[in-house]
This record gives sequence, C-alpha cells and structure tokens, in this order.
Amino acid sequence: MKRGLIPLVVFLVLAVFLGIGLMLRPNEVPSPMIGKPAPAFSAPRLHNPEQTLTEADLQGEVSVLNVFASWCVPCREEHPYVSALAERVPVYGLNYKDERADSVAWLQRFGNAYRAIAYDRDGKIGMDWGVYGVPETFILDRNGVIRHKHIGVIDARSLREEIMPIIEQLRAEGS
Amino acid sequence: MKRLLILGLLLLPLLAVAATPTYPFDTPEQEKRFQTLSAQLRCLVCQGQAIGDSNADLAVDMRKEVHRMIVEGQSDQEIVDYMVARYGDFVLFKPPVNASTYLLWFGPFVLALIGVWVLFTLVRRHRAPAELSPEERARLQKLLDNEERR
Repeated sequence: MKRGLIPLVVFLVLAVFLGIGLMLRPNEVPSPMIGKPAPAFSAPRLHNPEQTLTEADLQGEVSVLNVFASWCVPCREEHPYVSALAERVPVYGLNYKDERADSVAWLQRFGNAYRAIAYDRDGKIGMDWGVYGVPETFILDRNGVIRHKHIGVIDARSLREEIMPIIEQLRAEGS
Repeated sequence: MKRLLILGLLLLPLLAVAATPTYPFDTPEQEKRFQTLSAQLRCLVCQGQAIGDSNADLAVDMRKEVHRMIVEGQSDQEIVDYMVARYGDFVLFKPPVNASTYLLWFGPFVLALIGVWVLFTLVRRHRAPAELSPEERARLQKLLDNEERR
C-alpha cells in the first residue's frame, strides 16, 4: 500500500465513527423494563378520584400506556397521534406530576381518547416505570408484560413503522 | 439609613441559603452515604451530571427517593439496585463489567496494545537499514579502499 494513503484511510475510519456517533440518540436510554411485568401501581383516576386504576386493568389484551402532562409541550404535538392510536388499541394515560385541574382542562381542549387515566401527582408511579421524561409510551402484551418503550413524541411515522407493527405482532402471538 | 440598607443587603443572601431544600438525617454517617450515592448516580435528563449536582426535576425526585431509603435503613446496594431496576446500568457513573460493557472496560487497553505494536514496528523498520547485507558491506569496503588509494 502506498504510504500516502494512510492519512486518508485514518480520516475515513474516523469519519465513519463520527457519522455513526451523530446518528445515535444518547437521550434515549434503553429501558431495563422491557420483558418484565408492568410494575404494580394503584392510583386514583384523573376524572373520578374515588376510583382507582391498577396494573391489572391493563391486562387481558394488548394495551398502551402513554405518559403525559399538561405542562409538557411535546405532548400536544403527539396528542393527535395518540388519539388515532386509541381508535385501534386501548390506550391508558399516566398523568405525570401534574395539577388535576390543569390536565382536565388540557384534555377538554385537545380531546380525551384515553380509556382511563391514572393520576400520578408526585411521580412515584413514573419512577417505578423508569420514566425520565415525558412523553413516553409503553406497549404491553395481553399478560401485562412491558414489550416496548417509545421515548419522546409519537408522530405519523413512528406510529406506522414502529408502534402499529409491534402491536400487530403482539396480537398475533399465541392467538 | 444608608448603613441599615447595607446591612439589609448583606444579610439578604442568607435567605437563599435557608431556601435550599435540606435532607435531614439521624446520623452524620447517613448524611455521608447520601452525598456519596448522590455523586454515583447519574441524572438521566442532564446526562453528564450526577443527581447531586443537578436541579432537574427528576434528579430532585431521585434524591428524595435516596433520602427516604437511607432513612428507612436500606443499604447502599439496595438503593443502587432500586435505581438500576428502573433506569438500567446507565444510571451508574461506574457501569458494571458485563458482556455489553467489555468494549468500554477493555477497549482502551486493546487500543494501547495496538499503539505499542505500531510503535515497535515503526521503530524496527526505522532501524533496519543500519544492518548492511554482505554484498553491501563488500561494496562499502571497496569504496573505502578506493578512497584510501587516491
């Protein structure tokens, strides 16, 4: 090999590694919860505080738990897609560190397609689920095992290419 | 009047100190464990910072949780396991040695070995011409002989 080629090769190797580095998304930390049963919780519902929502309510069919808050601006962005998703699969809400009145007003304004919403005032349930930012979305199989976690906003593309295929696959399992 | 104002301004920063949330402990040992754990656990929102250095909402919640668990008498290992179960190995600034972190732990040594190997080959290649082959030695001798004869 010609000596002059060495700097070029070194440059190309570095460029490839830096390119890979740019495509990584370090703010998406892989969840250790995948493949584990949903952490137990029992929370008052957002609209009917005298009723509770527990992890058992999510079992029986493939379901989705969407973590949202009225103070979370990206949640507004994904809300239409979450509502569209709710037409095809039961979507439960986890209202994270929010004021009850604020989130009720927020849902009145943007629409409420959730089957039921757990009210997590102090973020304790969020912590048990490993939530570190909102929005986050968990997909559970019919046995209530967490099978996928989507970090960040759901958009048309992630709905079509990521979330729906996983839901279809989980529905096909053992049926 | 002016003096009073200056005195008031001097005392003002004390209010800020009073406003920082403190975590009351029964013993200084608990306090020390809290400081150590706060420095070992990474905040997931502001990823370069420990939960002890960050004022992100999540870091505050995690500190509260560490405080609660220490006061309840749980061990350091139990607290670390609790955080790892929720946030994964990423929450530790010092990740454990396992299959997915071999590259992280041993990669630098492998790179250092490659560097040493490259250095040795370069040095050896540099020295190589110093050794003359028998033909070259004969030719050199001949040239030197000619020089002397002149």
